[in-house]
Amino acid sequence: MPGRRFHLLCIASLLSVMLAGARVAPAATPEANDPWPGLVQDIFNNRPMNDGADVIAIEMPYRAEDAAIVPVTLRTKLPPGDSRRVLRITLVIDQNPAPMAAKFELGPDANVTEISTRVRVNNYTDVHAVAELSDGKLYMTKTYVKASGGCSAPATKVADEAKNRLGQMRYRQFARAGEGRAGQGSGQGPASGTREAQIMIGHPSHSGLQMDQVTQLYIPAFFVDQLRLWQDDSLVLAMEGGISISEDPNIRFTYVSNGATRFRAEARDTEGHVFQKEWKVDDSGI
Amino acid sequence: MAHGVSVLALLVVFATSTLAQAKAQELPVSEVAPGIFVHQGQTALMTGENEGATANIGFIIGESAVAVIDTGGSVREGQRLLAAIRARTDKPIRYVIYTHGHPDHVFGGAAFAGDGTEFVGHRNLPRALAARGPFYLDAFRRIMGAQSLDGVRMIPPTLLVDGTIKLDLGSRTLTLKSWPAAHSDNDVTVFDEQTKTLFAGDLVFLGHIPVLDGSIRGWLAVIDELGALPAQRVIPGHGPVSEWPGALADQRRYLETLAADVRKLVARGAPITVAADTAAAGERPRWQLFDDYNARNATSAFSEIEWE
Repeated sequence: MPGRRFHLLCIASLLSVMLAGARVAPAATPEANDPWPGLVQDIFNNRPMNDGADVIAIEMPYRAEDAAIVPVTLRTKLPPGDSRRVLRITLVIDQNPAPMAAKFELGPDANVTEISTRVRVNNYTDVHAVAELSDGKLYMTKTYVKASGGCSAPATKVADEAKNRLGQMRYRQFARAGEGRAGQGSGQGPASGTREAQIMIGHPSHSGLQMDQVTQLYIPAFFVDQLRLWQDDSLVLAMEGGISISEDPNIRFTYVSNGATRFRAEARDTEGHVFQKEWKVDDSGI
Repeated sequence: MAHGVSVLALLVVFATSTLAQAKAQELPVSEVAPGIFVHQGQTALMTGENEGATANIGFIIGESAVAVIDTGGSVREGQRLLAAIRARTDKPIRYVIYTHGHPDHVFGGAAFAGDGTEFVGHRNLPRALAARGPFYLDAFRRIMGAQSLDGVRMIPPTLLVDGTIKLDLGSRTLTLKSWPAAHSDNDVTVFDEQTKTLFAGDLVFLGHIPVLDGSIRGWLAVIDELGALPAQRVIPGHGPVSEWPGALADQRRYLETLAADVRKLVARGAPITVAADTAAAGERPRWQLFDDYNARNATSAFSEIEWE
């Protein structure tokens, strides 16, 4: 009898191993194992999360078309006259290997209200945006993104090309339709009012899985981990990034001019490269 | 005794899977030129039901050896291709040539792994497989189901193509050429000198909307060069075997339209999301799977063209 029970145990354990194996795939869906509570602990030190519906919005396509380049827009929603200010916004892609995609710090005088960038999405996932306000509280909102099908992957597309662009920086300002353009006279120096601009940084953003051709060793992750943008000497926006930011990091944002004549950017990557560039602010606002 | 039972249970598991292999049905193939056999993939997304058999795959039989060109989207499909080969010849399979590293072309590789078979691919292919392989395995386990992913392994090529190389199958020479980033950053073509037949891999799409996972500008440049190859027929990565170089026309028009539309959007400062929604919209009626890939192509093209 003891022997037979042991046989049954063996079969049972074999079966449970097989069943456990079969269960691995569904576990990839967020419902099966929600990592968010753990992420609140790891990233936010378990601070209370308040409903952020009136504070911040997050926009992403429901389906990630290209796993390597998924557009995301963060928009602050504090009404004019609210005495609170958004200090920082953290973007978390729950099911990515490195969930903390980016932490944005908003310059005290720049009134940044919108930030768009592009991220890698590995899986079906919740994506959280957490705003920290000047009242010292955290406000959270979230969306859900389906992973892309097909052959796209959250990796560098053309590895050699990306290497060639390393450290190139571009700044561009956009006309912002219907926002105070009429009030801006020409020839009066840099216009005040809301502007929209974009910074592009050439960087391969290796996620660390690529194998070196010659040595056959896996090379470590290599990405932009810090970006700071100023108008003259006043901080507009800073970003701490991770490997979830797409290659050639691209940040498009709104800000209010303080009348500065220069726009400056400084980026650092995980190998300690520092990339700096500055541009004259075009007073046309375009 | 306890040990015996669990071993027995394991044996049953193995025996079942071996039986499944032994029963692999021949993949339907047609002989498009003497000694060149092609299975035309379904124009569809890879699913468990279609066993990932969405790409065109095939083989070429020489006097002394066989070369396989792409292995399909599952080990099951690879095994069925192997059965189709063995129904026609018992010559050794000396080469498995990957036209590039996408799942519908490489997931069947394990069916051919063994002594005497060399895997051949672009010099960038090992890097691409290392970077993307783990993600592909996870993602397609989700999409196709765990069973369809059984046995799938990323087998990096050991014979690398950097420029042009020739492979001899015995009185039959294949010319392999590696291309700069186009459909992907690891595209290889295979040209059979004897019959003037070109295996273009996913450098050529027909019917199935082209899928951009490399460089749109690179691809347009490669199309011009490809068109000059002295081929009489092409086996595209997706779509019917066709005459050369007329097969390139639709794809060229699509990619030119996409690039032009995206260029206009970049010039006027539109965000990338607008490109995903609008670029090349006029091409919708001309392609299958348009809604599955066009937005993604536009996103990818935008992120390239904005650097011009």
